[in-house]
Formats: sequence, C-alpha cells, structure tokens
Amino acid sequence: MNATPIRLVSPLRGLVDVYLQEMKIAVAQQIQYRAANYMYMLGMVAEPVVYLVVWQTVAAQQGGSVAGITAGQFAAYYIVWTLVRNINIVFTPYGWEERIREGRLSAQLLRPLFPIVEDLGFFLGWKPVVMLLWLPIAFFLALIFHPVLNPSPLAVAVFAVSLLGAYLIRSLNQSSLGLITFWTTRVGPVFQLYIAAELLLSGRLVPMQLMPAWVQTLANFLPFQWTFGFPIEALVGNLSTAQLLGGLLAQLFWIVIGSILVRVVWRFAVRRYSAVSG
Amino acid sequence: MRPLRLAWLFFRVGALNDLQYRANFWLQLLQSAIQLGTGLAVLGLIFSQTPALNGWSAPALLAVMGVHILMGGVIGVLIRPSMERLRSDIRDGTFDFVLTKPEDVQVLSSVREIRVWQGVDILVGLVVLGVAIGQLQESLGPIEAVAFGVALVIGALMIYSFWLVVTTVAFWIVRIDEIAELFEGVYQSGRWPVTIYPEWLRVSLTFLVPIAFAVTVPAQALTQRLTPETLALAAGFGVVALLVSRAFFRIGLRRYSGASA
Repeated sequence: MNATPIRLVSPLRGLVDVYLQEMKIAVAQQIQYRAANYMYMLGMVAEPVVYLVVWQTVAAQQGGSVAGITAGQFAAYYIVWTLVRNINIVFTPYGWEERIREGRLSAQLLRPLFPIVEDLGFFLGWKPVVMLLWLPIAFFLALIFHPVLNPSPLAVAVFAVSLLGAYLIRSLNQSSLGLITFWTTRVGPVFQLYIAAELLLSGRLVPMQLMPAWVQTLANFLPFQWTFGFPIEALVGNLSTAQLLGGLLAQLFWIVIGSILVRVVWRFAVRRYSAVSG
Repeated sequence: MRPLRLAWLFFRVGALNDLQYRANFWLQLLQSAIQLGTGLAVLGLIFSQTPALNGWSAPALLAVMGVHILMGGVIGVLIRPSMERLRSDIRDGTFDFVLTKPEDVQVLSSVREIRVWQGVDILVGLVVLGVAIGQLQESLGPIEAVAFGVALVIGALMIYSFWLVVTTVAFWIVRIDEIAELFEGVYQSGRWPVTIYPEWLRVSLTFLVPIAFAVTVPAQALTQRLTPETLALAAGFGVVALLVSRAFFRIGLRRYSGASA
C-alpha cells in the first residue's frame, strides 16, 4: 500500500489559505457583476450627498461654517464617508436570518471552520473591487463639492489601518446580531434599532462635533464611532498623534470585545439550531 | 374599468393573505417609529444651528417629511411588491404564467402583489402631516387640499412609471436586485425639498427620478408654495412618463424568452 500521506498544514496557515481563497472568489464574483455593484454604490452615495448638501446649505446661511466646520470640510468628511461606508459593508443579520430560516447553515456546520470566517474573508475580498469602483465616484464628488483636507502622512497611514479596524468591528457586531436569528427568525426590528443607534452615535449622520455633548459622551462608551467617525476624522479632522494612535487602540479593544462576544453568543446559539431536511 | 376591478381583486386577496400575520403590524410600527425618530433627530440638529433651511421653516420641513413617509408607504404597499415580483419572474422564467393570462400584461404585472403592513407608513405620514399643518402659520383651504391630493396621485403614478422602466431593464440585464437599493438610497433625498439641491441634482431628481414631483410638489401644495404652472408641468410630465414607460415595457417584453417553466 503506497497511499500518499495527507499533507497536513498548520491550522494558522490553513486559516490564511481559507481567507485568501474566499477573497479570490469574491473578487472573481463581484467583477462579473459590475453593473449591479455600481447601482448598489450609487444608491449608497445618495445618503451622504443629501447630508452634505443640507449641511453645506446650513453652513452657507451661518456665514460659512457650522460649529467650526466649513463647507469644504463638510465635503471632505462626506466624500471620505463614501469610502468608509463601502468598507463597512459586511454580511448583514438579514443574511443570517435567511441562512438559518432556510436551513442552509447545516452544510456550513459540517465544515471544520467557524462560519464567520467565510463571511469575513468573502467581504474582505470584495473590498479591492469596491475601492476600484469608488475612485471615479470620489473624483466626481470632489469636482462638484470642493473638499478641503490636508492630512499628514501619519494620518493617511492611520486612516488605512483604521479602515480594516472599522470593517472588523462592524463585521463582528453584525455577526453577533445575526446570531439572534437562532432564537427569533425575524431580526429586522433589532437590526433597525442597531442602525438607528449607529446613525446617531457613529458620525454616520453628522460629524460628532455637531451632536449635543451628552450624545458625544454616550458615544464614547460604545463601539459605533470607531467604525465611521474615527476613520473619517483620522483623514480629514487634523487629529493629534495621540488621538490617532489612541483611536487605533480603541479599535483594537472593540475588535477583541466583538470577537469574544461572537464566540460566546455562537456557543449558546448553535445549540438552538435545528433544520428540516436541509 | 377592468384594470381597476382587477387591481381591487388582487388587493383583496393580498390583504387577506397579509392579515393572517398580525404580529407584522407591530414589527412594522416599530420600524416606522425608529425611522421617524431618526428623521426628527436630524431636523432637531439642523434647527439647533439655523432658524430656517433655504426659506423652509421647521414645520414646513416637517410637512415634507410627512409627505415623504406617506409616499414611501404608498410605494411599499402598491408599487414595489409587484415590481419586485416582476423582476424575479423575468429572471426565473416564471413570467410565462403572466403572459398566458388573457389580460393586459402590464396591468397584471403591476397589481399582482401588495404588502398591507407597509401601510403603517401611510398612517405615520398622515399623523406627521397633521402635526405639521397644525404648526404651520398659514391656513389650509379646500383648494390647497385638492391640489395636494392631485399632486400626490400624479407623483405616485410617476414613481410607478420610474419603477416600471427600471424593472423592465431586467429583460436585458438579469441581475438588477440592487435597483431596489439604488431607489431606496435616492428616495432618501426626498426627505428635503429638492430646491435646496444644486442645479444638476435638482434636475435629476425632477426628471430622471421623479422625487421632486412625488414629494416636494405635494408638500409645496400644503405650504402654499405651489404655482399652477408647476402642477400643470407635473400633470404633463406624468402623462409622458406613463406613456414612455408603457412603450418601453412593450419593447422589453419582446426580449423575453421563458427559461425552463
């Protein structure tokens, strides 16, 4: 008997391979659907353009600036916003809802892999495509709205790293939220509450400086602002070195919390799972 | 009157179907409440910085928001469900079953699905409008009320034409699921009067995606900003939109080839 021995790879290498393959699949798939991707992105651009126009109008009426933010800075904020928003597209709780309701999780459970790894890898692989498609949109928005920003090299570097941090925090939180569907089958209302909280507490709706002081204080105790406000401000907000690096640390903190939360919720949730046929 | 009878029939069947799931009412109410809360928070933020936005006072903007929610409800109940069904039918080849029925294809495709509980938004929109009208200084006469109703119907028909044209694209490009996202995104711009937007955007939101006619014009009727010329323009453009979308749908129909089924 000369059976070839199964080649064993270290668990870490195996995991890295899985991520790389998921990313490759995502790139190949999303490149195919360019038109669909563009529609999705254009729909998403409407949101910040509306905020931007409204606040530029207010700024113009107030003699050029609102709470110290000028029209040009608003433009910079909301244009960078569009990139951050695209980076922040993650597997939503609705995806989990479908996966569990239709029993498709059964197949995934058979694989020797934590299911969230697949989602993380796939959506990460989507990002290069998204960034490429984003460039022309940013170019046109910049032509129209005249953004003003002058980031330091450190700010640019921190911004780049913080995008990954934002992606991870949002992915982990939404995965935990998605796992609720093991109990309820309808996640819509909970997710909507989450999105409403995110809108108000993350800098997604308006730069946090415009919020009342108590809202800003509240936001400091929650993960939301590290997924929108911080990455954007890192690039456009002229933050100090301490603020920049401290922000990355805060992101790391919320990534750790998010990872633990997903693990714990998963452990309880998966016991509840049952599928008919599948 | 045959199309109307058909629509009414489908409406009743759809309503009976949806009414079995009462819990959905509360879920929808919660969703609407969350959205309303966020919208009010934004208005609060803006008016904490400025007394009026481009000549629109807080109650006037509240009226715009009311119309926006109301129209969103109409779209959610009557327009979007059928269009989404049409889209998936074209993709899956099950559109055959519509074509074989002895009715006008466009009418049948446009009235087949409704979602009753989305109607909560219509109620919420009306309540917001009521509050806004109560706060407005100007009195509201019967002429304004009629103009408002007319503008609202015209606006809804235009949004329908827009959805029909966009959904018809499915005959050529198969995967257009994101159209819904695109529309939802763009529809958010209707929360503000289109007059605040820069020229290019205002024109797009008027003639490309008829949000100006669907939301701003009815709101103008309520806040005494509407001129007869604008209403006439809306009516004229509405007729054109209906005719063009019907013609386009017929062209698309020729492209259809049933897969499997």
